[in-house]
This record gives sequence, structure tokens and C-alpha cells, in this order.
Amino acid sequence: MIVAGVDVGSTQTKAVLLDLSRRILGRGITATGANVVQAAERAFRQACQQAGIEEFDTAYTVGTGYGRYKVPFGDAQVTEISCHARGACFLFPDTRTILDIGGQDTKAIKVRGGEVADFAMNDKCAAGTGRFLEAAAEVLGVPLDDIGAVSLRAAKPLRITNVCTVFVESEIMSQLARGRRVEEILRGVHHSIAARSVALLRRVGIEPELTFTGGVSRNTGMVAALEERLGLRVNVSADSQFMGAVGAALFALERAEHQAPRSREMSR
Amino acid sequence: MSLVLGVDVGTRTTKAVLYDASKEEVVGRGIVDTGHDLEAAARRAEERARQEAPQAGAADYAAATGYGRYQVSGRDIAITEITCHAVAAKHLVPSCNSVLDVGAMNSRAIRVGPRGRVLSFRMNDKCASGAGRFLERVARALEVPLEEIGPRSLRSAGAQPISSICAVLAESEVINHVTEGRPIEDILRGAHEAIAQRVAALLRQVGVVEDVVLTGGVTLNCGMVASIGARLGVLPIVAPHAAYAGALGAALLGAVRLRKRLAA
Repeated sequence: MIVAGVDVGSTQTKAVLLDLSRRILGRGITATGANVVQAAERAFRQACQQAGIEEFDTAYTVGTGYGRYKVPFGDAQVTEISCHARGACFLFPDTRTILDIGGQDTKAIKVRGGEVADFAMNDKCAAGTGRFLEAAAEVLGVPLDDIGAVSLRAAKPLRITNVCTVFVESEIMSQLARGRRVEEILRGVHHSIAARSVALLRRVGIEPELTFTGGVSRNTGMVAALEERLGLRVNVSADSQFMGAVGAALFALERAEHQAPRSREMSR
Repeated sequence: MSLVLGVDVGTRTTKAVLYDASKEEVVGRGIVDTGHDLEAAARRAEERARQEAPQAGAADYAAATGYGRYQVSGRDIAITEITCHAVAAKHLVPSCNSVLDVGAMNSRAIRVGPRGRVLSFRMNDKCASGAGRFLERVARALEVPLEEIGPRSLRSAGAQPISSICAVLAESEVINHVTEGRPIEDILRGAHEAIAQRVAALLRQVGVVEDVVLTGGVTLNCGMVASIGARLGVLPIVAPHAAYAGALGAALLGAVRLRKRLAA
């Protein structure tokens, strides 16, 4: 039996396929864009292609993320908070705290025994989210995928005084005009988000192990800034970005097993 | 003649006013984009103002205000924007009791007493949600020139509400509204109403007492004036040369200082 999890994020849509032994068979990722339904289908098809299976071979699909009610082939929807918690605890079983930095929101989640005990969220303001990094990358003319590595070339972070993403764009431009180096500005930008993330994490309590999920967790500069601010190692995996989708697939597996006879019949 | 220079180095534009203190009249105004060199911006704005007053000699007194006021070389004094806007609003509209200044990156609400004294004020300078930058971002996302957004917003039959508070997130929301086929006019109306709601809330914190006077660059936008009026439930008065209010206030306060200096 194969199940799927689809996480429709504000920026990227991710899909993951799992088998009964909870092995990841395939992954799909695509830009969400304006049409969330198409994005979900694209990510799902990609994952199926990678796994070498037909789309109708999946027994159960759980949708999550900001577009979770729009995942058209979803059999059920689960909130992204629960999915991130489930995914993080699956990959790192000793997880007690989760930080999820996505394209347009940031979440701090406290977990107990694999269940969500508390959470705090910023989805009102781009400060402290991936959008903040995107804006900085654009102003500095550095590709988004490189900003983390570039930031680590600076000896010290430059202090960024503004909170607002829009104002930081102007601040960066004046710092450039003053002759400050791109890497020290970038290091400062990463530290600014790290400081904001730590403040959000404090609202739920910081307890090791801490697992870092979401698209921004792929950024090595962000991981370093966070570890420096927290004074603590954080868990990251190559699948951190797919954590929500993995969690959704795990929920799908659970539900498919509950209605096992029918699903097996259907998948034969 | 005793000439006073008032310079307002703002986040987006820098304004200069040349004030003839003996005749009590403005003889020249200049406005330039601020850019990164604040000191140069102040100089350029003054040069622009001098083009309107070629006969004017050197300034006897220079007063600076705005976020770059400490970068103005040759200044005799640096004064906060709040003080300058209050004095200018009272000078331009003597019946003024409340001032709302909406700039590119800040908005300020001021209750004004006799002779332009500041009774209380509130300010938003932490976030672009209630300032001109919000409109700039929306205009950019919609690909409408900034000077057209006000008039176009007034052609809307019904506003498309913008639910994002953050200017950056509003940009994505606006693009989604366009994709969904909402008319540009309705989206623009919604954006103007969103800011009007936030600046009106700011003014309510200090008290909406008529006459309400609007200053700052954003108040030159007719869509913004209409939205603010609708939100406040009172007809606001747009200060003449509203964008220059900060620089004028600096010049007026500079003239008072100059008089005291000459009397001493």
C-alpha cells in the first residue's frame, strides 16, 4: 500500500509518497503560484514519477499547508502544525521543539510524545520569514540559494536595526552605499531572523532536541545563525523542507490502516 | 531681508523651504529624491529652492528636520518632525486642532494646541503597513504608476478588501486578486482603505478634533484623502503644499530662533 502527503505552502508545494514500512518512495516539489490546485497536482505527479508508480496506486492522500482545503485529491486534511510535528518526530524521534520557517510564516511548536502541546505563529508580517531573506537576496543581487553560504564568509554580522522587510530593503541599500560588504550584511540579515525566531520559540519554551523544518532550513547560514543564538545544535535533514508532507503522509498511512480492508481491495 | 532655510530630509524625498522672515513669506521651495547621500540631498533640495528665489542671498539661519536632520551640514538647529509638522499645520490652517502626517515610511498623529504647541502625538515608524511604502508596493505589483493610483482608486464601484497588514504579504495578496480577475480599481480602493483605517486609528489615539489637517507626501493623493475622510467621518483639510509642511515648520521655528539671536 502506498500513501501520499501533499503540503501546499505559500511559496512551494511539496508531495511525498510513503509505503507501509514508512519508507519515502518519492518526492515532488513545485512553486505554488496562483493556482494551488494545479500546484498540488504537479507536486503529486512528480512524486509518483520519481517513485515509478501510477497516480491511482495511492491508497490515501492527506493534504496540509495554507492551501490544504484546496488539495483536490485529498481524502482528508490535517493542519500544518500537526503535520510538521508528526514529520519532525518521525525523522528525529527525540524532538521536543520545532521551528518551521516557511516562505510567508514562521511557527514554533512544542511536542510531547509526538503530539502538539503548544505552538506560536507569525503569519502577519514578513519579518522573520523566508520572504525577508528573499527581499534581502534580491536587493543584494545574490541568488537565494547562495545567501547562506555567502553570509558565512563574514567574520561578524552587521547589526540590522529595522524589523520591517520593506524598511530593511532601504537599510541594506544605505549600508551598501556606505561601503559595507555584502557578506556582513547577509550575515546580519540571517541573525535578524534568528533573533526573531528565538523570540517566537521562547513563547512555547525551548527544550532540546530542536528540529528545524521548512524551506529556510536548507539555508546553512540560517542554521549557523540559529545555533549561535540558541547555543544549541539543531536537527536538520535533507528532507526538512518536506517535513509537512512527510507528516501528512504519516497521517494518511494511519487513516488508511484504519480502513485497511477497503483500501487494500482498492489498491489491488 | 533675513532669510531662513528649512530642510526636511525624509526617507523618500528631501524638501527645502526658503523663508523670508522679515516679510513672513516663503520665497522658494524645492523637492528632490533623498537617495543614499543625505547631506547631498539637503544641498540639492536647497539648490532647487534657490531656483525659485534667484535674488536670495545666503541663509541667516538653517533649521533641519526629518530622519536625516543630523546629516544636514551648516545647520543651526535640528528639530523633530513632530514639532515642525504641528507648527506648520497651525500656521497654514489656524483652526487646526489635529494633524495627520502620512509620509513614505512613517505616519504621525498630533494634537495641536495654541501657537502650534504639541499636546500629544502617536507615531508608526516600525512597519510599512500604515505608510506610503504600502501603496508603493501595491502600485508596483499592479504595474500602475504611483501618481495614477489615487485617481484610479476613486473610479472603483466597490473596494476589494486587502486582508494582509504587512506590505510585503499584501503584494502577494494583490497579485492573487488580479489572478482572480478583480478589477485593478477595486484592489487600489482596498489598498487605500487599508492605510486609511490604520492612520485613522493612529489619529483617534490622540483625538480627532476639527479641523483635521493632513500633511506629508501621501496626502497629495486624492484617493488617500477621500479614504481618510470616510474613515474619520470628518472632512480633512489638505495643507497647502502638504509635502513641504515639515520643511516649512523647520523654517518657521528657525525664524523664531533667529529673532531671539538678533535681539540678544
